[in-house]
Amino acid sequence: MRELRLMKGNEAIAEAAIRAGADAYFGYPITPQSEVLEYLMAEQPMERTGMVVLQAESEIAAINMVYGAAATGKRVLTSSSSPGISLKQEGISYIAGAELPCLIVNVVRGGPGLGTIQPSQADYFQSTKGGGHGDYRLLVLAPASVQEMSDFVKLGFELAFKYRNPVLILSDGVIGQMMEKVELFEQQPRVTTFDPAWTVTGKPKERERNIATSLDLDPYRQEKHNYKLQAKYKAMEENEVRFEEFDCKDAEYLIVAYGSSARISQKAVQLARAKGIKAGLFRPITLFPFPKQEISALASQVKGILSVEMSAGQMIEDIQLAAAGKVNVQHFGRYGGVIPAPDEVLEALELLISGGSK
Amino acid sequence: MNLKDIIKPENLVYSKTPLLTDNVMSYCPGCSHGTAHRIIMEVIEEMGIQSETIGVAPVGCSVLAYDFMNIDMAQAAHGRAPAVATGIKRCWPEKYVFTYQGDGDLAAIGTAETIHACNRGENIMIVFINNGIYGMTGGQMAPTTLPGMKSSTSPFGRDVATMGNPIKMTDLVAQLPGTYYVTRQAVHKPVNVRRTKKAIRIALENQKLNKGLSFIEIVSSCNSGWKMTPVQANIWMEENMIPFYPLGDLKVDGELVKK
Amino acid sequence: MTEEIIIAGFGGQGVLSMGKILAYSGIMQDMEVSWMPSYGPEMRGGTANVTVIISDERVSSPILNQFDSAIILNQQSMDKFESKVKPGGVLLYDGNGITRHPERKDIKIFRVDAAEEAARLSTTKTFNMIVLGGFLKIKDVVKMENVIKGIKKSLPERHHHLIKVNEEAIKRGMEIVYPVKN
Repeated sequence: MRELRLMKGNEAIAEAAIRAGADAYFGYPITPQSEVLEYLMAEQPMERTGMVVLQAESEIAAINMVYGAAATGKRVLTSSSSPGISLKQEGISYIAGAELPCLIVNVVRGGPGLGTIQPSQADYFQSTKGGGHGDYRLLVLAPASVQEMSDFVKLGFELAFKYRNPVLILSDGVIGQMMEKVELFEQQPRVTTFDPAWTVTGKPKERERNIATSLDLDPYRQEKHNYKLQAKYKAMEENEVRFEEFDCKDAEYLIVAYGSSARISQKAVQLARAKGIKAGLFRPITLFPFPKQEISALASQVKGILSVEMSAGQMIEDIQLAAAGKVNVQHFGRYGGVIPAPDEVLEALELLISGGSK
Repeated sequence: MNLKDIIKPENLVYSKTPLLTDNVMSYCPGCSHGTAHRIIMEVIEEMGIQSETIGVAPVGCSVLAYDFMNIDMAQAAHGRAPAVATGIKRCWPEKYVFTYQGDGDLAAIGTAETIHACNRGENIMIVFINNGIYGMTGGQMAPTTLPGMKSSTSPFGRDVATMGNPIKMTDLVAQLPGTYYVTRQAVHKPVNVRRTKKAIRIALENQKLNKGLSFIEIVSSCNSGWKMTPVQANIWMEENMIPFYPLGDLKVDGELVKK
Repeated sequence: MTEEIIIAGFGGQGVLSMGKILAYSGIMQDMEVSWMPSYGPEMRGGTANVTVIISDERVSSPILNQFDSAIILNQQSMDKFESKVKPGGVLLYDGNGITRHPERKDIKIFRVDAAEEAARLSTTKTFNMIVLGGFLKIKDVVKMENVIKGIKKSLPERHHHLIKVNEEAIKRGMEIVYPVKN
């Protein structure tokens, strides 16, 4: 039976975590994502599924609790917003280095520093280029609806275990705070088997001890480990690119946007089409791996690309790399927590068409 | 009589526990880590809980503890071992979980994680190696470095007026309702080794009974960091460290020990 | 059909919950909805607004600056949103505390004195339902039966005894709403 609910994006994350069979959530309150922890505490998931929920003393502690639980093969997640995610970067780097699966949710707010509590997309670089120290990548999913907030929790866990890599859901204050209709997926069982090849569950006689670590003092072995990580990221680029297109088939002008900006831009495309402009929207769903080939192909087709982001222009660098000079790529964005309206995006598109730039 | 005649089962009086690996220990001769490692592994062997035990290794000299401890382990970021252990224990409440941390790890960068794990009463054992110095990075001042004590970052001795006072973490955590057993021991003499081993046994038995957090400080020497011979270091420790960090139980069965 | 609505007033007036009931009613009518609040340190006394979109199609932008309908419950919101109503659109307001009444000639203006009515009925908590009734009278975007279902879904079970009171308040709002000549 279809189970429909009107939910906030943050609540959908929490409910989906329980339903995805998560074993544990560790978090710390921060606006605009505190509903995740609040919802989980109110739901008493220990009674529902046996899932652990703990409010940690800091984001740093929370991500390290995630590290511990992930090392044992449990399905574990944490969520936060920009300043809190910055605090988690050390732990995320360790998790990536130790090749542990986990899910991290960032409901992005304006920065830098304490910034604002309003929505932003200014954490794109941090999310897609590593974030903490060292050569690593997260698999980054960018939901554009409350439905996807729910769906990507399940997908995120699957991908995290497939690659033994942290998966980041890169959301923002709009998607986190907005309520939409959600069709909830059915309760999944919690995992009861743990891969003896790597999970730290206590050493039985019949196997060698397992160690979760990102340390190897020997640079040659560490280099080998890095090669292995890079091969994994390459496999993600080959297999996990996800995107969505609106009106791209006959488009002469293309908007590229993700998350809430994609929603706003979709409306702008509708407004543009009503005025006779052949506009289309390309929405990357995975930000790493980035849909390079698809954008490259569209760059050969269109007369101009507008990158719409709630930032000073971060994803535009990946678009420009993919477009490889084939077409003019311009940026439109609002910063610091200001959300652009559809007609502002349309104006920027018209400016691009007329050959102007800001 | 040759070696072959001597190595016979009936002549065996002592052996290394199989819970220590055959890797050559990387610790300096005279260092307390080797002894501390050994007695923890001996207790785990005696209790027959190898397959039920998960250790958390820190950053510092004992970052490679998992090279020597033949159990499943997770290496933690600097100071974060109590949080990592919390994550493990909450998901596996029946397992035995312990952290093994030095003074810089536990009492400086990891203060928040230490205090809060203790305060929540996580059912884990924390082993705290206090040698008053940062060993691995080359003898810098630690949060537990004594007043006037020289280190590479306090070359004229720790000046408490500008560098702050040494922190007595064990006294501090004993005050928290979440700790059940808090003790300060040493491993420089056979009698102390026996007492420390007993403390570890008590801590793990407490864990089996879900009593709360057990916290064992081991006052240790770092002859390399202190620039002394092993023997000098042990004497210096007795004369200076132990008077400042007196040995004995601070909290037993959840009750503070009256002095 | 797509209806893009802004509801704006003081925090504590039930702006967000009115929007939620409207959105839930839309779901009950098998439509697509979005509910996007202004959020922040705005509890009682501050300004609060929410954009509700009800549509037969997948909702694109949940963020808008032009609306089919504006439901306005205080002066600050009047100043902010009167100009954001699309030409030919609807502006519904409660006259309580309004010192500058709407002036546009190219939109339809309605008034529902819900605060006064709620006070008269001694049911101040149903204020927002009286307003909602007024709105539904002008724009029947959702059927009454679905609104009742929406209320049921929005209210925690311990408050289900209040459904009847809310239903009556909605009906009262439908009776007292009136067009303003402009």
